[in-house]
Amino acid sequence: MNHSPKPWLLSLALSMLGAVGIALGSAMGSTGWEPWWQAVQDPVSWQIVWDIRLPRSLGAWAGGALLGLAGALAQGLFRNALADPYLLGSASGASLGVAIFLSLFGGSVMAMGWLVKVGMTGAAFAGAVLAVMLTLVLARGVQHTLRLLLAGVVVGVVLGAITSFLNLWRPEVWQGMQGFMLGSTGFIGWTACLLMSGVLLLCSALAVVMARVLDALTLGENTALSLGVPLAQARVLLIAVIALATGTAVAQMGLIAFVGLAAPHVVRAMVRATHRWTVVLAALTGGLLLLLADLLARGLIAPQEMPVGVLTAVLGGGYLLWRMSRMSSVGGRS
Amino acid sequence: MSAALQARDLRVALGGQEVLHGVNLSIPAGRWTSIVGPNGAGKSTLLKALSGLLPMQGQVHWFDKPLVSINRRERGQQLSWLGQGEGASDDLRVSDVVMLGRLPFQDWLSPPSALDHQMVESALKATQAWDWRERTLGQLSGGERQRVLLARALAVNAPIMLMDEPLANLDPPHQVDWLEQVHCLLAQGTTVVSVLHEIGMALHADDVLVMQAGRVVHHGACADEATQRAIEAVFDQRIRIVSVEGQSVALPRL
Repeated sequence: MNHSPKPWLLSLALSMLGAVGIALGSAMGSTGWEPWWQAVQDPVSWQIVWDIRLPRSLGAWAGGALLGLAGALAQGLFRNALADPYLLGSASGASLGVAIFLSLFGGSVMAMGWLVKVGMTGAAFAGAVLAVMLTLVLARGVQHTLRLLLAGVVVGVVLGAITSFLNLWRPEVWQGMQGFMLGSTGFIGWTACLLMSGVLLLCSALAVVMARVLDALTLGENTALSLGVPLAQARVLLIAVIALATGTAVAQMGLIAFVGLAAPHVVRAMVRATHRWTVVLAALTGGLLLLLADLLARGLIAPQEMPVGVLTAVLGGGYLLWRMSRMSSVGGRS
Repeated sequence: MSAALQARDLRVALGGQEVLHGVNLSIPAGRWTSIVGPNGAGKSTLLKALSGLLPMQGQVHWFDKPLVSINRRERGQQLSWLGQGEGASDDLRVSDVVMLGRLPFQDWLSPPSALDHQMVESALKATQAWDWRERTLGQLSGGERQRVLLARALAVNAPIMLMDEPLANLDPPHQVDWLEQVHCLLAQGTTVVSVLHEIGMALHADDVLVMQAGRVVHHGACADEATQRAIEAVFDQRIRIVSVEGQSVALPRL
């Protein structure tokens, strides 16, 4: 482990890879490779690059970064490498929000105007945040980690059941839901992109400030308390940051699987550092992962497009499986 | 003699059941007090309650100041607590773990000071963990981890140090090292309180607090005949304390 790279060097490399990925993403269209330096000359092509591909690629990066950051915070807070950003119920809450919205307003998905799209985004965000609050109420506060996790599971299952019931009751809703459940980066415009970047900046700043709490928590809750860490307040703030980051990402992109879970694992495999670095690195890694998945989703079966969530699920699941087999071969210590 | 820790009618309930039933005690400053007693006597709970880590009834004073009037940061600076089986994560590097002991002295965003680095270095050297400072906890054995966690507690450099089973997983030479470290701490004027299962080790302290069923049944100097009889009594006369080469040891009574 003495050969592990310096964290600052790694974050520089990940940022540069992200920039390259964004440049590639804005040069890849449904018709294949079309570099933007050629598109500049043609106003129509340039408009496609500027209005569609660039915000989509930037947005995929920012959204992935939000999920990676939330995943790192969740794993630190719950001291569990299997924690993911959806575990407090935000994913099922967002799904239910979208299902309710669609069954109330969006009868026909084909006629989806921008108002419906904005409404869906808002409903998903509200659903995610409300579900996390419901989890907190059921867990009677933030004091008990295990109770929080269990309440999150309960909320996830119950809200999921209500969503399924809505889908059965109004089958036309299901079609609109499908795109959301699989996750897609295809709808990200400049507004969504800027919103996610703004939230990412805010959440990363808070995460860096709170990183020491997560370090102290690795020694156990009592030790952290004995070191003067304001644990109760820190927990509330961390859960708020996780909910905000996850809710924003889910509202704009739907349920993207595995990025939030896998990004911190990728970081831990590359470097051992304090949380001040790992939360930032997890965000950079999450952004890069989703960006790559988005490139693949567009490129694999072009001119058709795969839902990016399907790819992240396959890639993320495959990666974790590979890590698992390596972990057991070196005696269970990772 | 001034008291480092005082408790008056201290009651603690865990999971709805009262575990400490009105404990009164006064632990003198600058001395080493060990807490002994059978399993479930409430030793660890008492240590946590004295550290202010548990909700409790009654009063606790640190250096004659009510605990409720001492803020978090000050508490972290005044008292260092080393828990039992706290299960540290494998991912942090040894030097980062020990640096966490300096947390009560650092501002939220400022980097560690020269003094912080110096404290971490001397704590790591004191527990002979300096050579592994770049490794992660996951790469260490149980006893090596315990020495790193002990270094973390030492790095606080607090006037009061509370240790719950600090000898867990330590081999005999490192148990002797620990004894020497405690004597070093005492020489600096630190008040040391330890929960120890090993009665022979516990009897190296200045004073012993004997607990049974959530109550303090005896508090006296180790050298006192009465203290040794009280220890034998709480263990149902199944051990016998004898003196060998000027040290007390506990032998099983067969």
